[in-house]
Amino acid sequence: MDENLIRKLEILAESAKYDISCASSGTTRKNRDGGIGSAHGWGICHSFTADGRCVSLLKIMLTNYCMFDCAYCINRHSNDIPRAGFTPKELANLTIEFYRRNYIEGLFLSSGIIKNADHTMERMLRVVTLLRNEHHFNGYIHMKAIPGASDELIAQAGLLVDRLSVNLEIPTERNLKLLAPDKDHQSIYQPMRHIQQHMLENIEDRKKFRSAPKFVPAGQSTQIIIGATDENDQQILQLTSKLYKRPSMKRVYYSGFVPVNSYDKRLPVTQEVPRTRENRLYQADWLLRFYQFDVNEIVNDEHPDLDLSIDPKLSWAVRNPHYFPVDVNRDSYQQILRVPGIGVKSAKLIVSARRHRKLNLDALKRIGVVLKRAQFFIICHEMKSFKLQDASPEYIKLSLQDTVRLTGPVSEQQSQQQPQQQPQQLAMVW
Amino acid sequence: MVIFYYDKTLEGLLSAVFDAFKLKKSPEQLLTQGDIAPLFATDIHHVETRNSKYERVQLAMTKRLANITLRQLMAVWFSELPESDHLIFRYLCKTFRSPSSIETDFADPDVLQVRQIAQKVSKECEHLRQFVRFNAINNPTHHSNDHSTHMAGGEPTASPQSEKIYFAVVDPIYNALPLTLDFFEDRFADQKWAIYDSRRQYGFFYDLKRVEPFNLLEQDDLLVNDAINSHYLTEDEQFFQHMWQRYCQALTIKERLNPKLQRQFMPKRFWHHLPEMAMSNNPTSNITDQQYRATISNNRPDNITKQQK
Repeated sequence: MDENLIRKLEILAESAKYDISCASSGTTRKNRDGGIGSAHGWGICHSFTADGRCVSLLKIMLTNYCMFDCAYCINRHSNDIPRAGFTPKELANLTIEFYRRNYIEGLFLSSGIIKNADHTMERMLRVVTLLRNEHHFNGYIHMKAIPGASDELIAQAGLLVDRLSVNLEIPTERNLKLLAPDKDHQSIYQPMRHIQQHMLENIEDRKKFRSAPKFVPAGQSTQIIIGATDENDQQILQLTSKLYKRPSMKRVYYSGFVPVNSYDKRLPVTQEVPRTRENRLYQADWLLRFYQFDVNEIVNDEHPDLDLSIDPKLSWAVRNPHYFPVDVNRDSYQQILRVPGIGVKSAKLIVSARRHRKLNLDALKRIGVVLKRAQFFIICHEMKSFKLQDASPEYIKLSLQDTVRLTGPVSEQQSQQQPQQQPQQLAMVW
Repeated sequence: MVIFYYDKTLEGLLSAVFDAFKLKKSPEQLLTQGDIAPLFATDIHHVETRNSKYERVQLAMTKRLANITLRQLMAVWFSELPESDHLIFRYLCKTFRSPSSIETDFADPDVLQVRQIAQKVSKECEHLRQFVRFNAINNPTHHSNDHSTHMAGGEPTASPQSEKIYFAVVDPIYNALPLTLDFFEDRFADQKWAIYDSRRQYGFFYDLKRVEPFNLLEQDDLLVNDAINSHYLTEDEQFFQHMWQRYCQALTIKERLNPKLQRQFMPKRFWHHLPEMAMSNNPTSNITDQQYRATISNNRPDNITKQQK
């Protein structure tokens, strides 16, 4: 019986693992009523699997039986994989046992669709209710809202869990129809809107009644698959920035397409997961959320795709030389934030440190600025001249390419030789 | 060369700050009893730790420094790094000499270093919150009353759940454990737990009411080679550990293997306390026993001291 339980856990973890979301942040909740658990501001990663992804929540499916037949999904109806299911009680107990040993921050509950959306949602709700009311569990719970589930069930779930999410998966309706005939964007956006409405109403309610329970305090998130269809980065990032304009949307995850379906003609034949592109998209995502960039500055009709050889911030800086040099001792925080090699932390340190004295290169280096990048774009105290004037965009680009990441482990030797040679040669040409 | 001798306590250090202003001397080294004074020592002063001295310095600190800076200085003290006491000393002297606050003057090496060491310590705290792994054990005091470890924790109760103690062994490079206790106390409020720092040979025990420090005695067999004696584990403990390990393996996407990234986020020095990384007792793992032993030997203290530098 014990071995059975382990086997079940394995099957359902295998089915859940392609969901990228791992965040357990956004809620701070103290332990209440002598129960178990708390939610800890920015979330804690408790382990890391061999693919370098973190394990924060017990990411699991209630069942991996599914009626739908989405080509990109491992749990599609026509796929030949072992199927299993937990009873709500089993899963609740398991969560508590893992939590008591500090293995996890909480539960990330997802499910294949059985019978219909409402039936599935009700079963998931039973697990969450058990955890919150029977076990007095105060930890983090992330639950998937099933596309097409009724508004009532979403309202009920939102009061119990910290985050609800609906996965968009395919950015355009046309491609979604092609790969997932059972789904349409309407059924995905509908629950998203419901979640947002309830959340905004709840915020109003809480202004009147301080003790009213919170509705999805950590907001909602979604996921987009990269590389399974032919959308370009501009389409993806435009969609992302639209989603971020909604008040409840906290994160958009990008999932590089892992070939889980080798025989389907509708899917591209890929050997490698598009990791570099995924990484660049996350970098662009960060620029949107923390660096006050507008999406049209990163991708536009002229540059519909992100440059894979350099990061999007550097790419923007090279395209806009008129914006530089930035004087770290005078210019505003927003301007300093735009310099490649200066992140949010260093920018904040610079702004507070320069009130005491003028900053020179040494001070910047100690603060943590990556001078290798930043030197082309700044002027500071005791600096002889502004470097960008002596360097062409091509020179900067080539000298700052992260070759190691691009070439991968196969040709590591080559990449070690290249970076030293290229800039020198080019410098001579110039 | 001016040398101060003090007793290596925080109160002593604050008294030294007091003496520095009282005697108008700025020492170049802070030493403790037993340290040998350098050759060129011309002026040796022994700091006497007294309430009246350090309380005045404490009061001045709370007046002049923000709470976050006070916490940072505490973290620097708990880092136990060599020279960290002198750093705190210099920081305090600069604060009291300067007419305005120096807390944001990050171009000053001392101010920046306080911040950076505090960051390192808080990162170690985060590592503890991440990688503490509790093992459910039966209360060892019931097996061996004559040893009387300090874990008795009040009157013995009969119910089996309260007899369970969730026990974890940690080995942090900085003395970060005391800084994380609030977190564990809040989160695991309804279970008895204990965390033992095997490097510093002490730990903390929570008895459902308060957290108290404890020591393990020499003859206790609870720990064997810094791991928990399996004799004490509850019956289902190994089952859950095995389950967790298989779960973590199932969660790995084979197409995206990136062990370097894994090591970056989860340094190897934590692995020998993590059940999911215990490969030796797992027949399905493709990592051989020899490799497993190699990882274990990498975790030995001599390797860790290298990282510390």
